[in-house]
Amino acid sequence: MADEQNPEGSAAPPPAPKPAAPKPAPAAHAAPPKPPAVMVTTPWESDITQLLKDRFGAEITEFSTYLAQNFLVAKPETVIPILETLKLELDFDYLVDVTAVDYPKRAERFDVVYILYSYARNERMRVKTMIPDGYSPATAVTVHLAANWLEREVFDMFGIQFAGHPNMRRILLPEEWQGYPLRKDYGILQQDEGWVRENLGIESGQ
Amino acid sequence: MPEATFLDATELVINMGPQHPSTHGVLRVILKLDGEKVNGTECVIGYLHRGVEKIGENRTYQQFAPYVDRMDYVAAVSNGLGYCLAIEKLLNVEAPPRAQAVRVILTELNRIASHLLWLGTHALDIGAITPVFYCLREREEVLKIFENYCGARLTTHAFRIGGLQYEPYDGFEEEVKKFCDWFIPKVDEYEELLTNNRIWVGRLKGVGILSADECKEYGVTGPVLRAAGVAFDLRKAQPYSGYEQYDFEIPTAENGDTYDRYTVRMEEMRQSTRILRQAVDRIPSGPIMGKVPKVVKPPVGEAYVSIEAPKGELGYFIVSDNSTQPYRMRVRPPSFVNLQALDRMVRGGLVADVVAIIGTLDIVLGEVDR
Repeated sequence: MADEQNPEGSAAPPPAPKPAAPKPAPAAHAAPPKPPAVMVTTPWESDITQLLKDRFGAEITEFSTYLAQNFLVAKPETVIPILETLKLELDFDYLVDVTAVDYPKRAERFDVVYILYSYARNERMRVKTMIPDGYSPATAVTVHLAANWLEREVFDMFGIQFAGHPNMRRILLPEEWQGYPLRKDYGILQQDEGWVRENLGIESGQ
Repeated sequence: MPEATFLDATELVINMGPQHPSTHGVLRVILKLDGEKVNGTECVIGYLHRGVEKIGENRTYQQFAPYVDRMDYVAAVSNGLGYCLAIEKLLNVEAPPRAQAVRVILTELNRIASHLLWLGTHALDIGAITPVFYCLREREEVLKIFENYCGARLTTHAFRIGGLQYEPYDGFEEEVKKFCDWFIPKVDEYEELLTNNRIWVGRLKGVGILSADECKEYGVTGPVLRAAGVAFDLRKAQPYSGYEQYDFEIPTAENGDTYDRYTVRMEEMRQSTRILRQAVDRIPSGPIMGKVPKVVKPPVGEAYVSIEAPKGELGYFIVSDNSTQPYRMRVRPPSFVNLQALDRMVRGGLVADVVAIIGTLDIVLGEVDR
């Protein structure tokens, strides 16, 4: 149910908690305040954001902090230049993780998340971008070699093809496997029955 | 001139694993060889893939906690700690000090157990049979403490979101102290067997060098990174669970070869013992469980929390949609990322060194494949 509410709504200006429906008079016994349906972030400002703002301007749509963790949201085409700038000029030289989150009901279906760490600053940040199904974001292998297997795993699990990746094949599942298990429309019991029958010689893996 | 025969081909492709004792599980490495020299490798992984991240999305937060133990099954306690810390971060709660101290003790014991298993099997791969018996003997004592504490030896599920399920049993502190006193001479014994052993040094020195820059480039963490000279340990860099109260050092080395990774891990066991001694002496009194509801529903949001597991940085990236189940449960496994550097490390080396290098990376396939 909560899937429908777009848990990731923070990129757009957060909608008012109750849209302009006929306003009920504030009840005397208000129910305990409900947790808000969007991520409650605070703006993030530092020398990093200043430099990135100067460099990329409107390409970066959001600088935020949630639970004292900083992240930025950028347009997909600029992610690689941002990673490059972060690595070369701001010392974010360790790509911790690349992963994705699926929001099937959103026009831009996937979040691709890059988690970075800087040894020199002892600081962590995330770079996020939103892409529609079928879009091929550029690979980060040109900036961080660590992205190689991490992006292959994202492809394996979500079916996001990274353009320019040296070896864009499945990594954990068998190469002939059909479907992308971590998409939300892939059921927990679902599997590639054909593959299982053919290769394992059993009717079903369940 | 006769036509070219297969004898003229200089390159030979062979398969190592998945059923090979030195791959420590089901890892398949395709080796491209020129005689004894390795020209390239490709890792085939996924034999143990269970879809842990998918399972996480279909279980409640508490239900998923036992599953994380089954990723790095030789360091289950560390997995559990990282998981609990991540959920606690999302809930914005902290475990009480008493729980944190007990968590540190169990996690450090588990680090010792994990390193012991590594040392034993690594030495066995290299051809030294004796250490594995000694290491498993000492590890048994750690597992006994786990068993006394929570009833399980390997997949312990020792922690709960918000704190602990069980109070430490009577005599817990004494037993840990006794273990520390008894264990340090054992480490000296291993070192006597190996550190200056000519075969050991000959097999490990200068093998599988990974420089500090390469480590950073590949995202390699843990003892492998520290052996390359980078004093990076999340327990110091971004302390959690009260690690800032304890006095310990980050062992490092310079060359980043297999021998250095051995010395770093040996020293880490000593440092863990040091933390253990301090921690058992000052377990605060108080509750062991924080204010966490029976059904956990973190507010909408996301967080990445990582800890220093025995193998490197273990991270959880969790997206919550304010329901009882995580919307996305991403595990950043140290073994998976470290294994990526294998190709770089074995290239140009000898076939026999591949075995040494897989051992020194200290991977657990349950965590690589998830």
